[in-house]
Amino acid sequence: MAARLDLRRFPGFLPITWLCLVLLYAPLIVVMVYSFNDSNSVTLWGGFTLRWYVEVFTGPEAPKFKAAALNSLAIAISAAIVATTIATAAATAMLRSGQFRGKSVSFVLINLPLMVPEIVTAVASLVFFSAIGFQAGYLTILVAHIVFCIPFAYLPIAARMQGIEGAYEQAAQDLYATKWQTFRLILLPLMAPGIMSGFLLAFIISLDDFIITNFVKGAGIETLPTAIFGSVKQGIKPNIMAISTLLLLVSVVLVTVSYLLGRKGQTTPTNKGT
Amino acid sequence: MAADISSGGSSTITTYQGQGARMMLPAWVIIGFFLVLPVGMMLVYSFLTKEFRGGVIWDFSLAAYDQFFFDRGLFGDEPPKIEWTYITIFWRSIWQAAVATVLCLLIGFPTAWFIATRAGPARSIWLFAITIPYWVNLLIRTISMKFLIRDNGPLNEFLLAIGVIGEPIGLINTNFAVQLGLFYSYLPFMVLPIYASVERYNMAYSEAAADLYASKWAALRFVVLPIVKPGIIAGCILVFVPSLGAFLAPDLLGGAKNFMIGSLIEEQFKGNAGNWPFGAAASMILLSMVLVVLAFYARAQTKAGDR
Amino acid sequence: MANSDRQVAVKFETVSKRYGTFTALKQVSLDIFDNEFFTLLGPSGCGKTTLLRSIAGFEDIQDGAIRLFGEDIAELPPNKRSVNTVFQNYALFPHMDVTENVMFGLRMLGTSEAEARKRAQEVLDLVQLQSFADRMPNQLSGGQQQRVALARALAPNPRVLLLDEPLSALDLKLRQAVRLELQELQKDTGITFIFVTHDQEEALTMSDRIAVINAGEVQQVGNAREIYEEPNNAFVASFIGETNLIKVDVGEPQDGKVAATLPGGVQLNCSAAVGAHAGSGHLSIRPERVNFCPLDKANLTGTVQRVVYLGTDMQVEVAIQSGQTINARVQNTQMAVIPSIGETVGMQLDAAAARVLGA
Repeated sequence: MAARLDLRRFPGFLPITWLCLVLLYAPLIVVMVYSFNDSNSVTLWGGFTLRWYVEVFTGPEAPKFKAAALNSLAIAISAAIVATTIATAAATAMLRSGQFRGKSVSFVLINLPLMVPEIVTAVASLVFFSAIGFQAGYLTILVAHIVFCIPFAYLPIAARMQGIEGAYEQAAQDLYATKWQTFRLILLPLMAPGIMSGFLLAFIISLDDFIITNFVKGAGIETLPTAIFGSVKQGIKPNIMAISTLLLLVSVVLVTVSYLLGRKGQTTPTNKGT
Repeated sequence: MAADISSGGSSTITTYQGQGARMMLPAWVIIGFFLVLPVGMMLVYSFLTKEFRGGVIWDFSLAAYDQFFFDRGLFGDEPPKIEWTYITIFWRSIWQAAVATVLCLLIGFPTAWFIATRAGPARSIWLFAITIPYWVNLLIRTISMKFLIRDNGPLNEFLLAIGVIGEPIGLINTNFAVQLGLFYSYLPFMVLPIYASVERYNMAYSEAAADLYASKWAALRFVVLPIVKPGIIAGCILVFVPSLGAFLAPDLLGGAKNFMIGSLIEEQFKGNAGNWPFGAAASMILLSMVLVVLAFYARAQTKAGDR
Repeated sequence: MANSDRQVAVKFETVSKRYGTFTALKQVSLDIFDNEFFTLLGPSGCGKTTLLRSIAGFEDIQDGAIRLFGEDIAELPPNKRSVNTVFQNYALFPHMDVTENVMFGLRMLGTSEAEARKRAQEVLDLVQLQSFADRMPNQLSGGQQQRVALARALAPNPRVLLLDEPLSALDLKLRQAVRLELQELQKDTGITFIFVTHDQEEALTMSDRIAVINAGEVQQVGNAREIYEEPNNAFVASFIGETNLIKVDVGEPQDGKVAATLPGGVQLNCSAAVGAHAGSGHLSIRPERVNFCPLDKANLTGTVQRVVYLGTDMQVEVAIQSGQTINARVQNTQMAVIPSIGETVGMQLDAAAARVLGA
């Protein structure tokens, strides 16, 4: 009997995949484990405790982190909403409007925030804001976040829109819908999964940002990453590990949601229109 | 072609014909005003004279670039001499980013291939597992790495405990740590694009190759790799470009001695020792390097698209 | 009914359309009458779909005019034209159930909710889908989706219904059944149906009239019998069914009749298409109208080259002295005399079925 040749299998690929996962997860899992360590010396294991989590919410640094978390949340939600709206309009322009002046440049423009190295964007924004007398604070962070969230929101929205046949819009217009009705009643509901994952993506990206925020935030305001960074400068304390673990959980939840949304997006949406 | 057009193919849908510019306007305004303009301003600043304690004086000057490349002034009496300090920092950054890219590719390609060739549910689980780190805050991931490898951290404790080493190895604050950090930071960025292109790969090509007497490895080398190349290039770009300008890994893992471009730029704009024109010049040099890489990428993609 | 008495539903006046250097429609002029089942037939890429979509408003034309019951509709956007389309893959809105899909047009027209719901039920009755009113499109079979698409397009009571190859996604058996239903529906509703297809059998069986289109030009307009039996030119003759095109010397046409000299010298008096002229030309004769006969009665002779078994028929390929090959069909019955390969045979071309074509 001829040996079966499985063209999918290569020796060593499975161990490498495991290695990859171990490398990616080991530091995170170690921190997660040590966040439950009941010992004042960070490294020695002193038994299981939840006291660092209690300290996150009640300890001396709690108000600082609470304020930072609220700032992060408010900025991420606002930035994601604005970026998603702009990206939806941009995707409609790029994929549904035929040719217009500046179309090829527009594509580069939308992706520009991905191309310019973050550190360059960060210092450029800092210099620009101070040059135009834009007081560093909430608004500067928000504006900077909107800019770099746009391409992230754009990607899934454009991908989804590309998958929607033009025939639906033509059928709607054939049935007397105006362009705006066509957008609202046909295109928008069909794009909903793409818009949702665009929003989530923008939200996570905004929540994660450290470098740009660190430059444009000004003195008074901290977001969660800048607050954590500031506190890590004096060494990694257990409460930081507890916060990290909590943030990790937030990421996992968001990824799961967007994953489920993506799966739902593949099958046809079944919400009723009325 | 005619058939495409007459069947109203999805290639060009023009429901909102004539309204493109209007709908693109918000993106133009926001990105134009808050990214293009600031970067343009940096370009201008790099040709101005520095003001002590941060800021610029509006006098045209090449001093920033001069300081970057030359020790004795380009415009002095003596013959110019190249200043190696900053070139070395840039060179080390490029080198470390390149090594990180190669390492990510060596681990990332087999991983992406393995996951993409699993059957349905198993594939979903693997993919999910590899996606999560991609979404975890980079700062937290870097801090975790710092915690793991520091002198009295869990890694050293573990190695001491099992007797592999006699005393803690000094990993933290070395070039190696920075290298490890870059690799670790951007590994998911390599796996996902390669995964996407392998998933679209039609195994029938490999079967055809095998039918024509290619070994498995020959099929990989001569059929699979050329076809999934766009994904590999995309992955390399996504690792190389952010590695080049990385700030967190060198700052947290490398300590004060192990400067990369990112830290060099940062230092010019924070604190009082700052030299804005110099920082702006360094930013422009970094940006132009990135743009060169991206131009190569765009050309490679266009070629792939032409086939 | 004489054509001149009938009201014109859609009128194309020298309509042209180009995509870059490619000409999709060349000076198309066409009258489609009210309450008729009209088919645009042609190979893929011939411009038939472009023609249909220009009525719906999805294609801009560059020259000429399109009139809908006399009104020039060039400037009207699709949502202002009282025509509705059954799209090729139906384009049923995937996020709306069957009733909502059917009600969509009425809602857009501002019909009251109750009225729209009532009308939706009526048309769903018409296409026998009452019991599927609450289903989502992806829960329906291909045939059911096709009928929902039909109901959705009929609900607003359009003056003209456009059907863009609506049967192409169905399997053969279903397609044959739906043909009859569509024909009946057209008669029942009295709405003008304009149907696009590349399937000649579909066109011949369903249509009141057919326009054969090729390379952006209307080749011939007529009922099924006319375009099959009295083709204008070689394209129509060979696109609709099979035919033999024999090179002949043509005399001066007179009153639609003409004398054609076959290879071998025999003269045949047959019908002449518009545009046929004296000189060398082509004579079209269908394979089933070529009969074998004794050599002395033959008006064409040749050598049998191949005999192909087709089930109901046998196809005999005969090389005549000019070097051309003539196909003849012999019914596969017990009485049939099938010539054998290499045999010299005589053929009788039925003069009533022969036709000299225009250029």
